[in-house]
Amino acid sequence: MISHLPVLKPFRLQSTAHDFPLSPFTARNGILLFVALMLSIGVGEAQAGPGVPSILATILKWTPLLAQGFALNIAMSFLAMAIGTVLGLALGLGLIAVTRPVRAISWLITQFFRNAPWLVLLFYCILLMPFEVRIGGAIVPLPGWAKSTAGLALPVMANVAELVRGAVRSIPSGQWEAAEALAFTRLATLRLVILPQCVKRMTPPWMNLYAIVVVATPLTSIVGVSEAMTLTGDVLSSEGRPELLVPMYLYLLSWFFIYCYPIALATVALERRFQVS
Amino acid sequence: MGHLAVGFLEESARTDPVSMDLTPFWDWFRELNAATGIKLTIFYDAFDRTRFINGFLTSVRLMALCIVASVVIGIAGAWVQGSRLRLLRAVMAAYVQFFRNTPPLVQLYFFYFALGSYLRVTNDIGLAVPIVSNFTWAAICLSLYAGAFNVEIFRAGIEAVPNETVEAAEALGYSRLRAYVHVILPLAFRISLPALNNNLVNLVKTTTIAYAIAVPEMLYVANQIWSDELNVPEMMNVLLVIYVLLVGIVVYVMGRWERAMRVPGYMP
Amino acid sequence: MTCAWTPDQPLIRMRDVHKKFGATTVIDGISIDVMKGEVICIIGPSGAGKSTLLRCINALVSIDSGSILVAGQEVNDPKLDKLKLRRKVGMVFQQYNLFPHRTALANIMMAPLHVLKRDRVDVEAEARALMRKVRLDGKEHSYPGELSGGQQQRVAIARSLAMQPAAMLFDEVTAALDPETVKEVLVTIRELAEEGMTCVIVTHEMGFAREVADQIYFTDRGVVVEQGPPAEFFTNCRDERTRRFLSQIL
Repeated sequence: MISHLPVLKPFRLQSTAHDFPLSPFTARNGILLFVALMLSIGVGEAQAGPGVPSILATILKWTPLLAQGFALNIAMSFLAMAIGTVLGLALGLGLIAVTRPVRAISWLITQFFRNAPWLVLLFYCILLMPFEVRIGGAIVPLPGWAKSTAGLALPVMANVAELVRGAVRSIPSGQWEAAEALAFTRLATLRLVILPQCVKRMTPPWMNLYAIVVVATPLTSIVGVSEAMTLTGDVLSSEGRPELLVPMYLYLLSWFFIYCYPIALATVALERRFQVS
Repeated sequence: MGHLAVGFLEESARTDPVSMDLTPFWDWFRELNAATGIKLTIFYDAFDRTRFINGFLTSVRLMALCIVASVVIGIAGAWVQGSRLRLLRAVMAAYVQFFRNTPPLVQLYFFYFALGSYLRVTNDIGLAVPIVSNFTWAAICLSLYAGAFNVEIFRAGIEAVPNETVEAAEALGYSRLRAYVHVILPLAFRISLPALNNNLVNLVKTTTIAYAIAVPEMLYVANQIWSDELNVPEMMNVLLVIYVLLVGIVVYVMGRWERAMRVPGYMP
Repeated sequence: MTCAWTPDQPLIRMRDVHKKFGATTVIDGISIDVMKGEVICIIGPSGAGKSTLLRCINALVSIDSGSILVAGQEVNDPKLDKLKLRRKVGMVFQQYNLFPHRTALANIMMAPLHVLKRDRVDVEAEARALMRKVRLDGKEHSYPGELSGGQQQRVAIARSLAMQPAAMLFDEVTAALDPETVKEVLVTIRELAEEGMTCVIVTHEMGFAREVADQIYFTDRGVVVEQGPPAEFFTNCRDERTRRFLSQIL
């Protein structure tokens, strides 16, 4: 007998996003951030002496450069996510393998790259990967951003593997039984029954992972990649005006916020939709 | 390599076991360097060893401080999130969404460089110095960052407790506040534990960004060492191993605690 | 290992089957013969024994000792050809276990297409015929989530029938259904039985068992306590345990 009385309701994260489930253009938080930005520019304007270009003008002047840098952030996030997802899927299948050695090795690799701090992995890749590789007869140079992308792809791989394992385990065992009773092989069961059902379950946490990767790309500035964070620092040191500090950093923060907040909302919406169906 | 092992054993046999002089242990690494070129100065060079251990301890201090502070922020924030005042909830939601959707590194720079440049005090000799050290800024920023996630986690835990449970508590004579403390919070805490542990592990990994503002934690000190000694691969490997082990220990301890606190029969 | 099977031998022959899960003995020496075209019902108190027995027949669970012959094929064999076995005997579960991401028609077509590798046109025609047979024509393109419990269970029956088995195993297939939908499933099973399908049914529905079974087996604590045709069984049961069980539920 299945009781319908709730002993405990399901645990659902991102409840604060539920409070304001509106489109990003009217999101209260976006407005607050914008207000903060305006206030700081206003304060900065008050501080700037005469004959000096206004804060707003300076920010607008540097916007194209920052946009270029931000484009590199996005590009790195896409690449790292793509590479990491492909590798992670393979590793995830290793985690649910039938043979114990395969499972053990996969587990070790997953644990290792999940436990290592992302910045340390970045350092490792930047410092210890060669600056060029020989593939076939051609010499392929590996610039800093490429090595950084590899460094970001590694934790993505481990997290995706864990996602795959969790999703496969969440499929009721009755599905495996029914497929077995119909004489499906294990491979066919995975391909036709289990994995298609996993895709839906994996999508919200996978999108969440992407947002984390985007938000981790500024780490590459520490290892010398010229992305938005580095460029902001360069701009600030070239302008040399202390009243620019707060507005510029808030500006950079709002770029990331405007990119990531819609992803967060979409993730919540998808999660709710998949929960119901 | 065999003669190195023998040398180590011989040395330790000659040393007085009571005095616990670890010099022969460290010297083994010196011999390792002489034999194979693997340069692990953090073992046999006293200066490097000291500063590396200090870096390790700074890392651990930062991690512990941030864990505690972020949990406190999470609990307080989750309580505020249940308030009836719309403005209060809006401010809390803004705080959470801001820290969740922006890069922690940029947050750190914002706190340390931007805010730090405003919040200066003049010290005894008339110089303008930052109001708090870079370690403290890192602790503040990271605690706020992880705290934002914790607010959502604890909030989700509280909301997973059905109203019927609260009603049952009240029917037994608990006041609203008492029911909160004795019934809802313990349940909410147990339910939140897996997500909380996940977040705290991420926090421990994220503390490495303090490197960027020159906090002398392990990564920063290791950088100094490998700049001096030119032993980048060795230091990177040691660093990787220590971090993975450290985080692994945290994961293991959290896992044990989680299993001990699990609510029987509840499948989230 | 297969012996040639002839219709005078039992289609399913279980001899002295034993199964333990850890320290608990779940099946403690059960021997049952099922002739072709026979319908047997297994009843008894709740416990893992009855469902486990069904799962032993189609090798979802391996047995510790004893022998199970399905149309001459020995199930208790490390080199068992599972595909061959599961083409002969189909199983319907208490929780239906339909594949929720495919339509009802696709659910029925999947196994013949991918396991038997038959031609798509033939398989589709047969699948539609099966849906008509279980009275669900019109619901071919519905997803399991859009169907009621009874409808899902009937799709599950059709899905097993698509493999054209010689025998069908039913594991308490109405236990998870609302009372209104139980009847439609039982009617479907009865029609199957009347057409001559060999059925092994684990059920709590005593009225149904009395109506449709050729033999009823009562099991308790891993052994067959009593067996007999329904008429005798319900009126003249000999064992005290059987009587106690029947008095509790009738």
